[in-house]
Amino acid sequence: MNYRMIINTIGRVLAVETVLLLLPFVTAILYQDSSVSAFLITILITAVASIGALLVKVRNRVIYAKEGFTIVAFAWILVSIFGAIPFYISGAIPSFIDSLFETISGFTTTGASILTEIETLPKGILFWRSFTHWIGGMGVLVFVMAIVPLAGDRSIHVMRAEVPGPTMEKLVPRIKGTAKLLYSIYILLTVVEVIFLVAGKMPVFDSLVHAFGTAGTGGFSIMNASIAAYGSPYLEYVIAIFMMLFGVNFTIFFLLLAREFKLVIKNEELFWYLSIILIATLAITFSIMPQYGGFGEAFRLSFFQVSSIITTTGYATADYCQWPMVTQMILLLLMIVGACAGSTGGGMKVSRLIILLKKVRRDIHKLIHPRMVGAIKMDGKTLQQETVDNVSLYFISYMLLLFVLSLIVSLDGFDFTTTFSSVVACMGNIGPGLGMVGPSGNFSGFSNLSKLTLSLAMLFGRLEIFPLLLAMSPSLYRKK
Amino acid sequence: MKIVIVGDGKVGFTLSQQLAKEGHDIVIIDNNETVLNNSSNTLDVNCIKGNGANYKIQEKAGVQEADLMIAVTSRDELNIICCLIAKKLGAKHTIARVRNPEYSDEMSFIKDELGLSMAVNPEAAAAAEIARILQFPSAIKIDSFSRGKVELAEFKVMPNSPLGGMAIHTLYSKYKIRILICAVQRKGAVFIPNGDFRLQEGDKVTITASPKNMTDFFRQIGILMHKIKTVMIVGGGKIAYYLCNQICNLGMKVKVIEIDPEQCRQLTDVLPKAMVINADGSDQEVLNEEGIEGVDAFIALTNMDEENVIISMYAISRGVDKVITKINHLTFMEIMENAGIDCIISPKYITANHIIRYVRAMQNSWGSNVETMTKIVDNQVEALEFRVRESFRGLNVPLKDVELKRNVLVACINRKGQILIPSGQDRIQLGDSVIVVTTINGLRELNDIFRM
Repeated sequence: MNYRMIINTIGRVLAVETVLLLLPFVTAILYQDSSVSAFLITILITAVASIGALLVKVRNRVIYAKEGFTIVAFAWILVSIFGAIPFYISGAIPSFIDSLFETISGFTTTGASILTEIETLPKGILFWRSFTHWIGGMGVLVFVMAIVPLAGDRSIHVMRAEVPGPTMEKLVPRIKGTAKLLYSIYILLTVVEVIFLVAGKMPVFDSLVHAFGTAGTGGFSIMNASIAAYGSPYLEYVIAIFMMLFGVNFTIFFLLLAREFKLVIKNEELFWYLSIILIATLAITFSIMPQYGGFGEAFRLSFFQVSSIITTTGYATADYCQWPMVTQMILLLLMIVGACAGSTGGGMKVSRLIILLKKVRRDIHKLIHPRMVGAIKMDGKTLQQETVDNVSLYFISYMLLLFVLSLIVSLDGFDFTTTFSSVVACMGNIGPGLGMVGPSGNFSGFSNLSKLTLSLAMLFGRLEIFPLLLAMSPSLYRKK
Repeated sequence: MKIVIVGDGKVGFTLSQQLAKEGHDIVIIDNNETVLNNSSNTLDVNCIKGNGANYKIQEKAGVQEADLMIAVTSRDELNIICCLIAKKLGAKHTIARVRNPEYSDEMSFIKDELGLSMAVNPEAAAAAEIARILQFPSAIKIDSFSRGKVELAEFKVMPNSPLGGMAIHTLYSKYKIRILICAVQRKGAVFIPNGDFRLQEGDKVTITASPKNMTDFFRQIGILMHKIKTVMIVGGGKIAYYLCNQICNLGMKVKVIEIDPEQCRQLTDVLPKAMVINADGSDQEVLNEEGIEGVDAFIALTNMDEENVIISMYAISRGVDKVITKINHLTFMEIMENAGIDCIISPKYITANHIIRYVRAMQNSWGSNVETMTKIVDNQVEALEFRVRESFRGLNVPLKDVELKRNVLVACINRKGQILIPSGQDRIQLGDSVIVVTTINGLRELNDIFRM
């Protein structure tokens, strides 16, 4: 293990976090609220830590996959710890574990909150809370890579460990170029959303914060009642459509910019993603129509909720815990499915599901025709067996973790719906679950152990299990 | 520049590694996913799986906007087709590796008529390099720069050599031969020496001179090996064929040992002057029987690196003066040097080097006054060629009166095709082209060489 390189790289990440902390700091100054000193202290602490790490001299710049995993895992943990300091110092969240939970929930774009009263918090804190969504959405390290060189020629190991999805393709030959391109698309879409929101008469600060929450598919709102507080169908449609867009693989936007429309139409993941949204929306619309005024309103609420859940954002316009059981079940399944690979969304990812189903179909065929040679194809290209195996491995690990973590959370003694859906909602980076943690509830009732477990679940979900799992396994550090 | 490379073998990999490091955007195309995975893990490049001669794949790789397309798969025909398609798609320059002698003899036709910018033949290039070494056996290495117009020889200052401790200006006045010391390598560091620089034992010195002066100089300082007259080659492949063609005409007697009878028959057909022996060259008895102890030079060119190393070590132990070893995988180099194997030829490395030089020259011809640029002495020294224009501040001033920056040296003046090795009395004139040797990176025009 190249420890010096790992420390140095994390130092760079913290340096960038220091710079990013200036934004909420400036916001706090503009609104002259009580969090100014909290941000100043955090900036100083983070700067000292990053300079300390950067002073470590790197003798050998070569890293391998294991260093990539370790860098990503520790960078996320440290960024979260430093990011939690303002919440704690400013007194917005009195317990440090709660602050950490809230920050991890922010960076992993989960949007699960332990706060019961949001609207009275200082503006700087609210800004930072939502801004963590925006940074975490596309990836902290990808962001760093777009600005400063990270780990030389082999940065790919870092990028692969952070960008969600079964495979990662560079859009352009250079990593730095790819990272820049991803962030350009990301920033552009965010700006467009802000413009649409402001046009719908949402205050500018609120528009920014909600655009961050949508772009990162996070789901922190600055309203206790989430988006429903604005009572504007236009805003609900804008946010619903943008959530859907941010759940699309960013390669698709790149292809659109490059005018490769054929490839976009042929993209299987996009097709299934949109189909699932359509089918789920219609199914829920019809099942909740009796409760509401008519098709129009039911469709709007249903589309918003489906879009919010499948992209793992977690904004709410209605308390779906009051809806029929079948709709809740559909939403729970959508939580597990998640958004597209290479998007800012969480969950299992649609492409993994497609690959899994195709594998199931092939393997069943193989039972009938044992000598059959079957290839699993995606977008017209044959997948490597290794990729398919990795997807199965991911699915099994995901399910196992889901049950193990549920077991720990069940120690708190809540009902099954709450226990299980809270873990699903955290691991899928959604935010609200069902039962007590539904859209009208929150996570403040859990014990500290459960909060830490759920924080871990969020990191597992965002980093797609393996980086964190490997960073936790002692065999990685053992010297031969 | 945007460069597409077809073929991710050793040459393709070395090229991508070097060119990506120099800041170019590289896309590699290959059919084999395993090697692509390795490249995308270790290099900052893009990899595309597929047949490089496929129009769609090339389009996907962005050949239409590429400045350069390099085809280095193992098959000549594929390489040529790749380049043809790339040219039609709009690539500005194309380079193909063509190694079959039947094609490479018609290289100029292929280049001109099919629109290739450059064709590289690894075996012929390796043979040319070996031939150069055989002509100057006293040097460890012979390098050429500025499109082969000027040759550089590297030699080592041996213990008890008269050069040990000698300052360079005394050296010039003592021997009165027009040679120029371009660079001195001492314990890994490289110096561009001025007149007061003192040589030490163990220095590796790089000089430039005309071939005749070089021979005289080596004789005077007492390291001249007598001319190589007899050469023994083990392994009768393509390199051996090209090499024999060249050195037989120089009057060397060549003995080729080849294990395959059919290959031997073909070699005797095309190389009437060489003696071809059908035997196993890795057999000690065979080598002894064919008189390994009496030859001036021994060259190991079999397809197996390990075999080449072992028989070269044997040749060294038998007291052969000049032993040249072909090695494909350039690893464990320190161990080889410890074993005394310092003259190593690697065709793939040479190919990659040739192409990299071409790319650098291409890049340099855009946007600066540098006509050509090559890196010499383990890539630590730049040799830059400038054309002298009216704006040059040192026109017609004797060189001894010109104050140059440290680590800058005027190595050569090319006056209407004649190569001059300059001394202090020479003057740079309008219309000359001047070759400057320096360890400073980024000289952009000739006036940059002045101290002020």
